[in-house]
Amino acid sequence: MSAVLEQIFQVGFLAAIIRIATPLAFATLGEMFSERAGVLNLGIEGIMLLCAMTGFTATSLSGSLWLGVLVAVLTGMLMGALHALFTVALGLSQHVCGIGVTLFSSGLAYFLYRLIFGQQSVPPAIKGFQTLPIPVLSDIPVLGPAVFNQFALVYMVIIAIPLAAFVLYRTPWGLSVRMVGENPRAADSAGVSVIATRFQAVILGGALMGLAGAFLSMAQFNAFTFGVVSGRGWVAIALVVFGRWDPWRSAGAALLFAFVDALQLRMQASGLGHIPYEAFLMLPFIFTIVAMAVMSRNAVAPSALLKPFRREER
Amino acid sequence: MPTPAPLIEMRGITKSFGAVKANEAVDLSVAPGEILGLLGENGAGKTTLMNVLFGAYAPDAGEILIQGQPVRITSSADALAAGIGMVHQHFHLAPRLTVLENLLIGIPGKSGRIDRAGGLARLAEIGRQHGLTLDPDLPVSTLSVGEQQRLEIVKALFRGAKLLILDEPTAVLAPSEVDGLFSALRSMAAQGLGIIFISHKLNEVRALTHRCTVLRHGRVAGRVDDPANTTSAAMAQLMCGHEIVPPARGPSTPGEAVLTLDAISTSTHSGTALRDVSLAVRSGEILGIAGVSGNGQRALAEVISGVRAPDAGRMTIAGQTVSRFSPREVQALGLGRIPEDRMTTGLVTNLPLADSMVLPRIGTAAFSSKGLLKPDAIRTFAEEQIKAYDIRCPGPMTRAGALSGGNLQKALLARELAFDPKVLIVSQPTRGLDIGAARFIHEKFLDMRAKGCGIIVIGEDLEELLVLCDRIAVMYEGRIAGTLDSADATIARLGLLMTGAEGHG
Repeated sequence: MSAVLEQIFQVGFLAAIIRIATPLAFATLGEMFSERAGVLNLGIEGIMLLCAMTGFTATSLSGSLWLGVLVAVLTGMLMGALHALFTVALGLSQHVCGIGVTLFSSGLAYFLYRLIFGQQSVPPAIKGFQTLPIPVLSDIPVLGPAVFNQFALVYMVIIAIPLAAFVLYRTPWGLSVRMVGENPRAADSAGVSVIATRFQAVILGGALMGLAGAFLSMAQFNAFTFGVVSGRGWVAIALVVFGRWDPWRSAGAALLFAFVDALQLRMQASGLGHIPYEAFLMLPFIFTIVAMAVMSRNAVAPSALLKPFRREER
Repeated sequence: MPTPAPLIEMRGITKSFGAVKANEAVDLSVAPGEILGLLGENGAGKTTLMNVLFGAYAPDAGEILIQGQPVRITSSADALAAGIGMVHQHFHLAPRLTVLENLLIGIPGKSGRIDRAGGLARLAEIGRQHGLTLDPDLPVSTLSVGEQQRLEIVKALFRGAKLLILDEPTAVLAPSEVDGLFSALRSMAAQGLGIIFISHKLNEVRALTHRCTVLRHGRVAGRVDDPANTTSAAMAQLMCGHEIVPPARGPSTPGEAVLTLDAISTSTHSGTALRDVSLAVRSGEILGIAGVSGNGQRALAEVISGVRAPDAGRMTIAGQTVSRFSPREVQALGLGRIPEDRMTTGLVTNLPLADSMVLPRIGTAAFSSKGLLKPDAIRTFAEEQIKAYDIRCPGPMTRAGALSGGNLQKALLARELAFDPKVLIVSQPTRGLDIGAARFIHEKFLDMRAKGCGIIVIGEDLEELLVLCDRIAVMYEGRIAGTLDSADATIARLGLLMTGAEGHG
């Protein structure tokens, strides 16, 4: 056991946690914005996959990583707008439309990928993001190499978390988002457009999901495969509940999940070889289920979550 | 009082929904510093008219003038900009956000951020002007109903409202809170605000307003220039179009106890617990349960209806001890129940009215056999009751949620009374009902009393209880604080018991 414990404090282990947490944190923040405005976005899994694909493709064709990121973000915003069109403008069931968006986006991602790259024996790869050590800070022992010698997208998420909290809690727009998610009628009677605010929040959420997808195919794996997301979107939905719809707590939840995931990877690699590796793979998900069961007892969702707003109804 | 130029004037407002004219050629005006009462029965068009003024509906004809200038109001944002604020019957607040956040919603920030300092200053200023103080950082969910209403009023003032519309503001308040509201409204009027006060409690309208406009069937039925010196009867007649006589409660000869509670206590699991409650209702008697809401009335109603089992104590219905405390058991013993919230626990709003009307007895031989429903029997039963109780609806298959409050209450009453209950428990029997419908419900209760039914009325409207009940028990913090014969009871004595001032008797 001491060998396992020793590894926990290794620099590589800390860095792995941060890397695993990054796409989860982007996705969780995205889902959180959408849900705070009252819109559950079950399209997240498919949106992340499609964004991973479009970002990868754009980079692969143009050679520019940042153009790829931009394309992924725009794709996410577009799919967010699609989900908002169904659920906010038309007031349809958020569950049904979300699953529809996931199925559509996934199918579209596979289809376009095949169309563009054909069937190749060796999947095409790109030269993805490289680590970018931050001068001075990266020299801090342990923390420096783990946190400040990372991909640019990791730094972005580290900035995105306090920024999300600032926007949500300190700006008039953030207050509008929280209000339309709690009591849209109150927002409406105060002259705030519920429809516009929800659209904006869901589209912003889509953009963040796009960043999550871009990280997977352009920093973590440097290739697009059909299993590149593999449930991370669903996990993000659970993490939003775990994080009680708060940016800091949500990011913390992502970090905790990443810790368990990194731990199981190490356990697979370490001397516990007589246990089938699939058992370790289950760990983060068992953790998620247990955490959800414990936390969701006290979790209070935004009151207007899942409820479409129609002005004339009272 | 002198009549300066009107602050707001509505001229010839007409609004139809399909074939129904909700408002027809309605004129209304409010002067600065004036409190206008807007009276009318349910469905008379008060709410429609105010929704036109607040921008929720566009009128088919007519115009709105603010300080003599015609304006177009097509959204609540327009109304706010024009200086019109509205306190809705159901508050438009987000419970999980703080007082200040609820105030600042929709207000542009300062350099991209919420202007907290500005908001606090404005809140303090309003507090000084009108005595409306609130703690800015408390979540709204921790406020009492009265405080939430104060917040709604402050919210309107915060946005610079010159005209304040209040839709039945006293329906949710305890008697002591009403006084506070009235003094705040008088202070606002004294500083030049116009106020429209919608109500059908005539004594309140007479006490507060300077002038009244009465609506009936969407039209202006009349105006009252001096409400304080006009009798309630005269105003009621304007509202209904005919004379209203309060129901006469003749002497009764109570028989044996049909319901007894002996030292009933409940756990504190949800809401106020009952502590050692004993009471008895005799046949041919109406017992009122008074008290500020939240003093155990809900637990009492739940225990008696068999929804909640007490931790200790004994209950009998018609001499039989209740053992299992299930709704089915107490119903089989002869208890009828009309719950407090018609929409959530009373009936199923998305199902046809007929289904809701037989729901408590769906398993009995009258409505089902061998596990299958008898749709014809259900329909016939509903049709009979609709006719007998004059329930206004297109038919028994109408979605229950589409009915008005008064008709829903009639339907619930019909459902229980059709089976001749020995005891009837009713919570807030006439809340939100207009005079005509309330009168009908009261008469039915008195009929049942004459037939020997024992009735418990849980209510917050003391005047109603005094008219209706033979005895009134007052609840305070889960106990019976005292029981008065209605001959000896006065609002003052009941009010004292309600605040726990008198000893436990």
